Amino acid sequence: MSDAVVPHRSEDHHAPTGWFKRALDSDIFYSFRRSRLTMVAAAITLTFFLLAIFASWLAVQNPFDPAQLQLINSRIAPLWTADGQSPFLLGTDEQGRDVLSAILYGLRISLAVGIAGVVFAGALGIALGLIAGYFGGVVDSVIMRIADVQLTFPAILIALLVNGVAKSLLGNRLDEMSTLGVLIIAIGLSFWVQYARTVRGSVMVEKNKDYVAAAQLIGLPAPKIMLRHVLPNTMGPILVIATINLALAIITEATLSFLGAGMPDTMPSLGTLIRIGNNYLFAGEWWIVAFPGIALAGLILSINLLGDWLRDALNPKLR
Amino acid sequence: MLAFTLRRFLQAIGVMLAVGVIAFAMFRFAGDPVNQIVSIDTSAAQRAEIRHSLGLDDPVLVQFGRYFINALQFKFGVSYQFRLPVSSLLAERLPATLELAICATLFAMVAGILMGVYSALRRDTILARLFQAVSLIGISLPTFLIGILLIYLFAVTLGWLPSFGRGEVVKLGWWSTGLLTVSGWKAIIMPAITLGLFQMTLIMRLVRAEMLEVLRTDYIRFARARGLTTRAIHFGHALKNTLVPVITVAGLQFGSVIAFSIITETVFQWPGMGLLFVQAVQNVDIPIMAAYLLMVSLIFVTINLVVDILYTVVDPRLRSPVGRAA
Amino acid sequence: MTQPVLSVRNLEVEFVTRRATLRAINGVSFDIAKGEVLGVVGESGAGKSVTGLAVIGLIDPPGRISAGEIELSGTRIDHLPPEEIRRVRGKRIGMIFQDPLTSLNPLYRIGDQIIETIRTHTNLSESAARRRAIDLLAEVGIPAPEKRIDGYPHEFSGGMRQRVVIALAICAEPELIIADEPTTALDVSVQAQIIALIKRLGRDHGTAVMLVTHDMGVIAETCDRVAVMYSGRIAEIGPVQEVVRNPLHPYARGLMGAIPTLAGEDKRLVQIPGSMPRLSAIPPGCPFNPRCAFAFDRCRIERPEPIRRGTQSVACHLFEPAKETAA
Repeated sequence: MSDAVVPHRSEDHHAPTGWFKRALDSDIFYSFRRSRLTMVAAAITLTFFLLAIFASWLAVQNPFDPAQLQLINSRIAPLWTADGQSPFLLGTDEQGRDVLSAILYGLRISLAVGIAGVVFAGALGIALGLIAGYFGGVVDSVIMRIADVQLTFPAILIALLVNGVAKSLLGNRLDEMSTLGVLIIAIGLSFWVQYARTVRGSVMVEKNKDYVAAAQLIGLPAPKIMLRHVLPNTMGPILVIATINLALAIITEATLSFLGAGMPDTMPSLGTLIRIGNNYLFAGEWWIVAFPGIALAGLILSINLLGDWLRDALNPKLR
Repeated sequence: MLAFTLRRFLQAIGVMLAVGVIAFAMFRFAGDPVNQIVSIDTSAAQRAEIRHSLGLDDPVLVQFGRYFINALQFKFGVSYQFRLPVSSLLAERLPATLELAICATLFAMVAGILMGVYSALRRDTILARLFQAVSLIGISLPTFLIGILLIYLFAVTLGWLPSFGRGEVVKLGWWSTGLLTVSGWKAIIMPAITLGLFQMTLIMRLVRAEMLEVLRTDYIRFARARGLTTRAIHFGHALKNTLVPVITVAGLQFGSVIAFSIITETVFQWPGMGLLFVQAVQNVDIPIMAAYLLMVSLIFVTINLVVDILYTVVDPRLRSPVGRAA
Repeated sequence: MTQPVLSVRNLEVEFVTRRATLRAINGVSFDIAKGEVLGVVGESGAGKSVTGLAVIGLIDPPGRISAGEIELSGTRIDHLPPEEIRRVRGKRIGMIFQDPLTSLNPLYRIGDQIIETIRTHTNLSESAARRRAIDLLAEVGIPAPEKRIDGYPHEFSGGMRQRVVIALAICAEPELIIADEPTTALDVSVQAQIIALIKRLGRDHGTAVMLVTHDMGVIAETCDRVAVMYSGRIAEIGPVQEVVRNPLHPYARGLMGAIPTLAGEDKRLVQIPGSMPRLSAIPPGCPFNPRCAFAFDRCRIERPEPIRRGTQSVACHLFEPAKETAA
C-alpha cells in the first residue's frame, strides 16, 4: 500500500484542454483519482491505528503517569526550533508532558472511545431495528417515534445531556475509567437511530420473502431466522454507516472533551489535549494545541474519505 | 392544507410532551434538588421537611403536572450554581445566542449560495475545485478546531479581531444587542463564521447539486430556446427553482445552529445560552440542563412547523388541492 | 423563386466523447420557404432533433457544428457569438419541445414567462407586454386568457400547456418555428388540435415551420414537404404527396409501408427488418445497406449523394443513371 502514497496534486493544477480535459472529467478518471485518494486515506488511517496500538512502545514517556512528568521540562518548544530539547520532538506542555507521547496515548483513547461507541450504537440500533421490524405494530411505532424525535436533535446535545445526567447520578465516584464508559454510552445513545432504521427497513422487506416462509415451514424459530438470514443482508449498509459514524463518534468525543465534559486532564484524549493547549495559545505556545489538532483533523479526514469511498463502492440504498 | 397544518401541529405538541417527560425525569431523578439545597450535616428530619415543602413527596404524576404547568409559564426552577431563576438566566443569554445564530445562518446562506452557484456554473475552474476541497474540509474538521485556528490567525497573530466576548452591548428594553457597536460587530465575525461554516458547506453542496440538476431540465432548455439572457436563466429561473429545497434545509438547520452554538460559544467565550449550558453540564446544574433542553426543543419544533408551512408558500404546486392535471 | 427562410447546407454535427468522435448529422441540406411546413421524419436517433437544435444554436458541448452552413433569410447564423445567437432564439426562431409538462418553469406564472420573453425581444412596456400576452393566449385558443394568464403551469392540462408553449414560441413573431415532436407527449384527441393550431399559425403569419416527428400520419396531413432522415443523413426529401404516395428510397418505402390505414385493415403492416445502427457503428457506404433488400456491392463501399428525381431528391445508388451503375 506504500506505493499508493503518491501526491495526486499534479492533475488538479493542470489546466487541461481538448480531449485531455474531457478525459480528466470522465467518470472513470474521477473514480480512479478518487480511489487513489482513498488509498492514501486508508494508509493514513492504518498508520493512526498502528500508532495508537503501539503507543506505549513509541512514546518516550507515559503521559498518564504523573510520576514521569517533570515540571523542569514544561513548555519546551518543538525540537527543530531554537529552544527545542531532546527527546521532546513536538515539545512539551505546562506539566512537562511530552506532546508527541500525549498525542499517541490520546489517539488511543479517542479511537477506543470512538470504536466502542460505534459498536455500542450499532448493537443497540440493530437490536431495536430487528425488534421493531419483526414485531411491527405498537412496538415498532414506539421505537420509530423515538428515533424520529431523536433524529431532529444534534448528537452532541444528546451526548452532553447523557454526560451531565451520568455525572449527576455518579457524582464523585466518576473516575477516568468510568468517564470512558459514560462517553461510550453517551455516543452510543446518540448514534443508534440510523442503524435501527436501516435494519428495520430490511427486516420489513425480507420478512415477506419466500425463503423466510420456507425457513418457518421447516420449523426454525423466528429470531434465529432474523439473525441468521435477515441480518447478514443488511451488513453492507451497516458497515458504511459504521465507518461514517466512526468519524462522527471521534468528533463527538473530542468535542465533549474539549467542552470539559469528557476525558479529564489526568487521562487526556485528543480533545482534552486541544482544550489544554488552547489556554496557551495566547502565550505563543502554539505547539501544545497545533499537533493534537492536526492529528485529530488528519484522522477524521481520512476516515471520512474511506467512508465516502465505501458508500460509493457498496452503493447501498442509504436514504 | 388546514388538515395538514393541524396534523403537523399535533405532532409538534406530541414531541414537546415527550421532551417534557425527559426534562422532568432529569429534573426530578437525576439531580436530587434537596441535596443541592442543604449541606452535609443537615438532619434527616430537616431534609424531609424541605422535601415536603418542595412537593417532592407528592405522587410523581402530580409532580410532573406541576413541572409541566410551571414550564408552560417559563418557570424552570432555580439554578444550583447561580441561585437565580433559570428562566431569567436564559432570558438574559437568549439575545446573544440568537444574534450569533442568525448571523451564522445569514453568512452560511449568502456564502453557501454564492459558492454553490459559482461551482455549478463554472464547474471546471480552479476556484470551483477549491470550493469543493474547502467543503470537504469544512465537513470533516470539528467546529472547535476551526474556531481555534481562526483565533490563532486573526486574534493572536494578526490581532485584528477579539478572541472572546461580545464586545460592547447596547440594551434595547430586555434585549441586549452587540450589532449596534463597532466592537460588537468585530466580536461576532469569527464566532459567526465558525458556527456557520458547516451549514455553509452543506448549503454549497446542496445548491451546486440542485443547480446542476435544474440546469438539465426541459424548462431551462426551453428558456434558452426562447432567447432569454443567460443572466435571466441562471439567476431567475434556475436559482429560484434551486432555492426551494435550499430554504427548507437552511430553515431546518437553524435549530441545529442554535444547538451547535454550544461549541462555538465555548471556544469564543460568547455569553449565550450554549455557554450557560456547557457550564451547567460541567457543574451538574440539572435545572438549567432541563430548561435548555426544553427551550431548544421548542425552537426545533417551531422551526420544523414553520418550514413545513413556508414550503407550501414557496412552491405553488403544493398550495392548491387541484394538483397536477394530466 | 424567393429566398428561403431557412437554408441548411451540408450540415455536420459531431459529439466528441472519450472514446471517439460521433457524427450525429452528416451532410444534411434542405430549405424551408416562407409559409411552408417541412416535416422531418425518421426513427429515434436519426438526427431529427439534433438538426432542430443545431438550427437554433442549442447544441451543447461536447457536441458542436463541425461543418456546413445555416442561413436564416440570407444571413448565416451558425457560429454566431453566443450573445447574437441568443437574440435570434425566441425572436426570429421559435421552438416548441416535446413535453409541455416539463417545458414550463413550475414556479413562475405563465403570464410572467410570456411577458419575460416578450420584453427580452421587444421594448414593450410591462403593461403592453401583458396585453400582448393575453392576445397571444387567445390566439392559441386558451379560453378566458385574461384570467388564466395569472395561473401557474400546474393549473393547466397537458394540451393547454402545449398551447402556452406555442404562445411562447410565437410571441416575437418569428420567421421560423421548430416544433420538436410537439404532440408525442399528448393524448391522441389533443394531438390533432395542436397540429391544426401550428398549421394555422404558420399560414396566418407566413411563418416557416420545421415539424420534427416520427408520426407519418401527422406528416401526411400537415406538411408541404417532407424529409426522411436516417443515421444523420437525409435519405429522401420532396413534396409530401410524392414522398408518401411514391417513395423512392428503400427506407422511405419501408417507412410509408408502416402507416396504418383504415382502408386496408387486413393488409399486414410492412416492417423494416433490423434496427438503425448506433452512431458509433455506422457501416461504410450507405448506412442503410445492412437492412436494405436492394443493396449491392457499391452500397457497401460508396456513400450515395442526393440525386434529383423530379420534385424529389433521394440519396440512393439505385437511382443513378443506369450506365454509371454498370461501370
